[in-house]
Amino acid sequence: MVPLSAYVAVSAVLFITGLLGVLIRRNFIIVLMAVEIMLNAANINLVAFSYYLESMAGQLVALFVIAIAAGEAAVGLAIIIVVFRGKISTNVDEMNLLKW
Amino acid sequence: MIPVFFAYFALMSMAAAVLTVALKNPVHCGLALLALLLHVSGLFILLNAEFLWAVQVVVYAGAILVLYLFVLMLLNLKTDERYFHSTYLYFLVPTVLGSFYVLALLFKSPYGGAKGDAPASAVLEGGDTYAVGMKMFSDYLLQFEIVGIFLLGAIIGAIVLAKTPKPLE
Repeated sequence: MVPLSAYVAVSAVLFITGLLGVLIRRNFIIVLMAVEIMLNAANINLVAFSYYLESMAGQLVALFVIAIAAGEAAVGLAIIIVVFRGKISTNVDEMNLLKW
Repeated sequence: MIPVFFAYFALMSMAAAVLTVALKNPVHCGLALLALLLHVSGLFILLNAEFLWAVQVVVYAGAILVLYLFVLMLLNLKTDERYFHSTYLYFLVPTVLGSFYVLALLFKSPYGGAKGDAPASAVLEGGDTYAVGMKMFSDYLLQFEIVGIFLLGAIIGAIVLAKTPKPLE
């Protein structure tokens, strides 16, 4: 029997990896991928608690998280296309159009 | 047998996550993300969540990842641009130290709590899809509808943003 803390530890490691990716990577698309890693870590946590606490709520919230992730990916990639069309690179350090 | 599968899926998903963050070529990062998503779906199977497994494979690996790869190939990115933030060492050390602290805390906690109304035997009786459906279309109906509206808004927003702008007369 795998203990719940093992699932939570995997989830924590994945979340920290994703957070590190958001902080240190400079390519906008990779940053969005790191956000997906973090969402997946949250999903593992939700499903593991749903299993060990014998409640269905965690799995339903995980489904909603997947739906939100789909929307986030669509809008984020659309923003990347708009920014790239303006001849700005996908380096997040160079996207300072709205900064003043 | 389950601990063996758990160890495989856990280690592979962690390795794939590290590769997603560390690889240089964005397309390779996307493929590492695909490996991560499939191994996380394996973890869902071990937790009796077959419906989420199917959703993870179809929606995440099938739709979201294809969208990422499509945009990557559309943009034709150069790989020679600076690829880590110049001060990443300042982030790396505190993150690693903090993660070890969090892991130490996690292994100490007992995770007691009130049990819900869906024990494993009840879920296995009708299947996970049946259990999720019964719950989603009774207690979570409002949230389900809100997610539908949200997705519609996201689709319209993405189309409006990515549309080729009409040249001004």
